Amino acid sequence: MTQPTQDFILETRNLTKAFKGFTAVDDVNLKIQRGDIHALIGPNGAGKTTVFNLLTKFLQPTSGSILFNGDDITPLKPAAIARKGVIRSFQISAVFPHLSVLENVRIALQRKEGNSFHFWRSERILNRLNDKAMALLESVGLETFANSITVDLSYGRKRALEIATTLALEPELMLLDEPTQGMGHEDVGLVSDLIKKVSQERTILMVEHNLHVVSKLADRITVLQRGAILTEGDYASVSADPRVREAYMGTEADDVNAEATAEAAS
Amino acid sequence: MNNMKLNLFLLALALLAPTVLYPVFLAKVLCFALFACAFNLLLGFAGLLSFGHAAFLGTGGYVTGYLMINSGLTPEIAIILGTLAGGLLGAIFGKLAVKREGIYFAMVTLALAQLVFFFYLQAPFTNGEDGLQGVPRGALFGLIDLSNNMVMYYFVLTIFVAGYWLINRTVHSPFGQVLKAIRENEDRATSLGYDVNQYKWLAFVISAALAALAGSTKTLVFELASLTDVHWHMSGEVILMTLVGGVGTIFGPLLGAGFIVTMQNYLSGGEMGNYIHIIMGAVFVICVLSFRSGIVGQLMKFKRNNF
Repeated sequence: MTQPTQDFILETRNLTKAFKGFTAVDDVNLKIQRGDIHALIGPNGAGKTTVFNLLTKFLQPTSGSILFNGDDITPLKPAAIARKGVIRSFQISAVFPHLSVLENVRIALQRKEGNSFHFWRSERILNRLNDKAMALLESVGLETFANSITVDLSYGRKRALEIATTLALEPELMLLDEPTQGMGHEDVGLVSDLIKKVSQERTILMVEHNLHVVSKLADRITVLQRGAILTEGDYASVSADPRVREAYMGTEADDVNAEATAEAAS
Repeated sequence: MNNMKLNLFLLALALLAPTVLYPVFLAKVLCFALFACAFNLLLGFAGLLSFGHAAFLGTGGYVTGYLMINSGLTPEIAIILGTLAGGLLGAIFGKLAVKREGIYFAMVTLALAQLVFFFYLQAPFTNGEDGLQGVPRGALFGLIDLSNNMVMYYFVLTIFVAGYWLINRTVHSPFGQVLKAIRENEDRATSLGYDVNQYKWLAFVISAALAALAGSTKTLVFELASLTDVHWHMSGEVILMTLVGGVGTIFGPLLGAGFIVTMQNYLSGGEMGNYIHIIMGAVFVICVLSFRSGIVGQLMKFKRNNF
């Protein structure tokens, strides 16, 4: 019969999102294995970000359900899903630009302190979180920037800060929306190493366009096309699938394939 | 000069000011300064533009005025009840308004405030166009007679300092941190697990209650509660004060309120009285066109660039 759902940290059943006259996500059954780095790929407009928005309830599904650790989380609000341990990032870097780097991480740590409605107390009581925040900044290599205003950081560092902030919540499942988008070569390496590092203790679902990054990081890949799942598997089987080549990769696949093979050999 | 020193300097100034200036005028400045600070808490630190804050100022005024005339309560109790009434109204309005964002938030607050205006226009206890006149100031704690303007001024100053302290504390509190995060990036705050609407709501209630505190106090100062305070012009005026002074700065609303009230007082007396709205409009246009961060914001920029 059905497999025990506990093996899957996240599962969607017949997830569908229809906008007026257009089905952005069509009957998607996604199963995310605990501990995996799972990549969601597909051509532009395939519905990847919409799936993310549905999973975190920034959008309401038209039909279908979402299960987290076997529990139906479909009716929950976005903030409640975050409190369950599913933390997302955004395509555009999601930082608090005019707070300091340290404050960015501290905001995430603060929630569990239970004092976030205390308007009569001094913010100095938050200083007891500074050590923990510093440790998180160190883990992404930003400790020297702790007192900088976030808006002044480079793009790659902002994304690293975003990951540190997300880690502060000790998420069971991290959803990363195009973590290396718009980055220079050096930053791509930095961030993908970081993702690899933080994936040790948790599950990651990521949307990613950079196939090189996907080939290096992902344990499992789901290919979306026009809102529906085209195929699923590891990098080798997905990239060998002629339908995927036709729909998405085109000739580019050969380069990436060669690259991936070379790396596997080395 | 850091904020603490500047605060002490301003306090010393406020303590000495009535020896040179008319205390009722100074008390008026303080009431509007508190009103503007309360408004700035919402706009500057939560990023919410309310276009209906007159409803809270006016509610505080009417409740306090009515109680002083009819109930025989002491002024401090009447002020507290006026403040609570404004806070309660804010709790209801806030619940409805925080579900909307940007211009829609402003429109909802404006619409609700207009309802309040027509309520006070029609309700029998407000005397319609005449307003509540001859509100007695009473005796503080039943002991200190407030009919002396000098005494009244220092009472207003005490209230102002308390309100101002609370606003500063709110800005620099764990709650204030979350508010700033929401202002900076609302979606991110949500994705960190914060129910942003609850935080916006609380900020709205605090701001409304403090606006009502300003209105309650103002009614005692002028011994009058009238429709002027609930009219949408008043909602516009507080936006003007905050923007001219510097939105999102601690001292901006103080300066803005002082500037606008002074200008109104001096212009309305003389032959320039007919032009007052034109002059205010011109000030607003100049402010928006050439120094959007307001007087204080501009000064801070100047200081950053030159020191």
